[in-house]
Amino acid sequence: MLSIKNLHASIDDKEILRGIDLEVKAGEVHAIMGPNGSGKSTLASVLAGREDYEVTQGSIDFLGNDLLDLGAEERAREGLFLAFQYPVEIPGVSSTNFLKTAVNQIREHRGQEPLDAVSFLTLIKEKMKLVEMDQSLLSRSLNEGFSGGEKKRNEIFQMAVLEPKLAILDETDSGLDIDALRIVANGVNQLKNSDNATVVVTHYQRLLDYIVPDFVHVLFNGRIVKSGTKELALELEEKGYDWIKEEVNEATA
Amino acid sequence: MSNAIKADLKQNILNNFKSFEAELNGQSRSEVHQLRRKALDSFESVGFPGVKNEEYKYTPITKSLGKEFDFNNISKSGTIESKKVNDFLIKDLDAYNIVIINGQFSKEYSNVSSVDPKLSIQSLAEAFAEQQALLSTHFAKYANSESDTFTALNTAFSKEGVFINVDSNYIVDKPIAIYFISDADREKVIAQPRNLILVGKNSEVEIIESFYTIGAETSFTNVVSEIVVGENAHVHYAKIGLENDKAHHIGNTQVYQAANSVFNATTATLEGGMVRNNMNIVLDAEGCEANMYGLYLLNGKQHVDNHTMVDHRKPNSFSNELYKGIMNEKSTGVFNGKIFVRQDAQKTNAFQSNKNILLSDDATINTKPQLEIWADDVKCSHGATTGQLDEEQLFYLRARGLSKESARAMLLYAFAHEAIEKVKSDAVRDYLDKLIKERLNKNFQ
Repeated sequence: MLSIKNLHASIDDKEILRGIDLEVKAGEVHAIMGPNGSGKSTLASVLAGREDYEVTQGSIDFLGNDLLDLGAEERAREGLFLAFQYPVEIPGVSSTNFLKTAVNQIREHRGQEPLDAVSFLTLIKEKMKLVEMDQSLLSRSLNEGFSGGEKKRNEIFQMAVLEPKLAILDETDSGLDIDALRIVANGVNQLKNSDNATVVVTHYQRLLDYIVPDFVHVLFNGRIVKSGTKELALELEEKGYDWIKEEVNEATA
Repeated sequence: MSNAIKADLKQNILNNFKSFEAELNGQSRSEVHQLRRKALDSFESVGFPGVKNEEYKYTPITKSLGKEFDFNNISKSGTIESKKVNDFLIKDLDAYNIVIINGQFSKEYSNVSSVDPKLSIQSLAEAFAEQQALLSTHFAKYANSESDTFTALNTAFSKEGVFINVDSNYIVDKPIAIYFISDADREKVIAQPRNLILVGKNSEVEIIESFYTIGAETSFTNVVSEIVVGENAHVHYAKIGLENDKAHHIGNTQVYQAANSVFNATTATLEGGMVRNNMNIVLDAEGCEANMYGLYLLNGKQHVDNHTMVDHRKPNSFSNELYKGIMNEKSTGVFNGKIFVRQDAQKTNAFQSNKNILLSDDATINTKPQLEIWADDVKCSHGATTGQLDEEQLFYLRARGLSKESARAMLLYAFAHEAIEKVKSDAVRDYLDKLIKERLNKNFQ
């Protein structure tokens, strides 16, 4: 589904990603872990199409498309979804109106008829249950005045409505209390099936107790320096990241 | 513009006044006519504002008028088909409709026959003859010819327009919508409608003034509306500018508020060539409340200037102002907000805010708050911001599949909508909403 080869990316001439290789297949859950500043969020941003980053080398194939050729909205329409680490507040834009526009523009791209008001309402009511979201949030401006937990739940709710093929969760767990974390993870798990894939970017192992990954990758200094199964995450939780750094330093010494 | 041309225009206007006077058939000795003469004197001594005039520093209206008009024949009547008039009427708005074509009250298209005896709506020309007592008390008593030369010009030639009188203790059952149409289909047109709106004690009314042009020739509208809000009365006012790119517009809305009255205004300029909206509010008693909202959406070479003035003369009154603008391409916005708090006006609360989005490097906004406070126990604040669209917000929307164009339009709409959401009638608000959305999708990409 997603094939990243030798990806290099920089911002303001500072290289952050220095040769990432990653293969994600349908039905898989990948966790990307790593210490602060290792490039985790940069990878998520580059995948979603944030224009502040410049890709200097490498390629990304997403379902047979050259992802780097597509604008952010085209990636979304092809089925890529980024759950933002910091969902932005947009005063004056109604949550419902925004989501309806998004759904229908994606449908139009896929050659489907737009949803009428009733079908749209039925859809969002069903998806709201998934993340136990209060309907009153939808009548408010997008993310405006939402608590941290509400914002993250709103991200997963949008993901449920848009049904992406590849979901990238960028530090979705940070700042969540254990109840909110459980709700968010539960939502993600229910959306998982054999046709879609999830990439979980996280600093902490905690989330992976709830969203169990098939593969765990450790990102350090802009490269994936170690890959393994969920046991690797537990090892990181226990021993921290220092031993990884030492291993890398020894290898490059 | 050279002083010679300015002097020429002025001379043409003075000559015009003589023929205007001659057409008045003996009314030239009336009280009203003495006011006209006095206004003409004011105009004669001040003339058109030059580049050094502080009030018109950023709005070169004189230069622009001088290029297009000779002022040789100021008032012309126009005729248009009813089909065209119907095109302008605000959809789904059940209102008393008044149609003014080229400054003349159109009896044919105005629907004001079946009104309650507590409400009079008539042409100003009729009111001069039939409502002498009210006119002599109120006409030209609020809009000051000495402080604004265009008010002087309008007053000097005042003859046609709308007169509205709402008796005391009367809630007008539906809005009064005044449609000002300049018919510039065959030739250039100058229209100078003059309106007087009196709202009695404990009464309430909604007034909508909207401005349109037909045809490709240049037009100049110089309108003055005096609005008197009686004690404990509520007036909801909306001014909607939809004239075309060749239209020049100077509007003076002069409001006088008595004790415990409320005046809510929304001034939305969605189209126009060179537009100046003056909104002056005098709070001459305690317990008054004035809310002013404004919106301007500009592209091409459009130029819109909003000057507002609130004069707090007595204690314990409140004023609040929010004006928002979006400028694209080579357009220019001007905002000047004056707040006066006189020495007597203790415990005044006055707030003002002006927010702008510039979408191009060639667009300009000149914004200037002007607070003059002589009282010492007041709460006043003002602020102005100018920025671009928020890139983070834009990316967020695009990352959910919205095209760049619809993401931009959605953000601009969210910005603009705040400035019109206080409009009283749902139908008027929906009408504005629709126009704003269309325009943001069409001209602001």
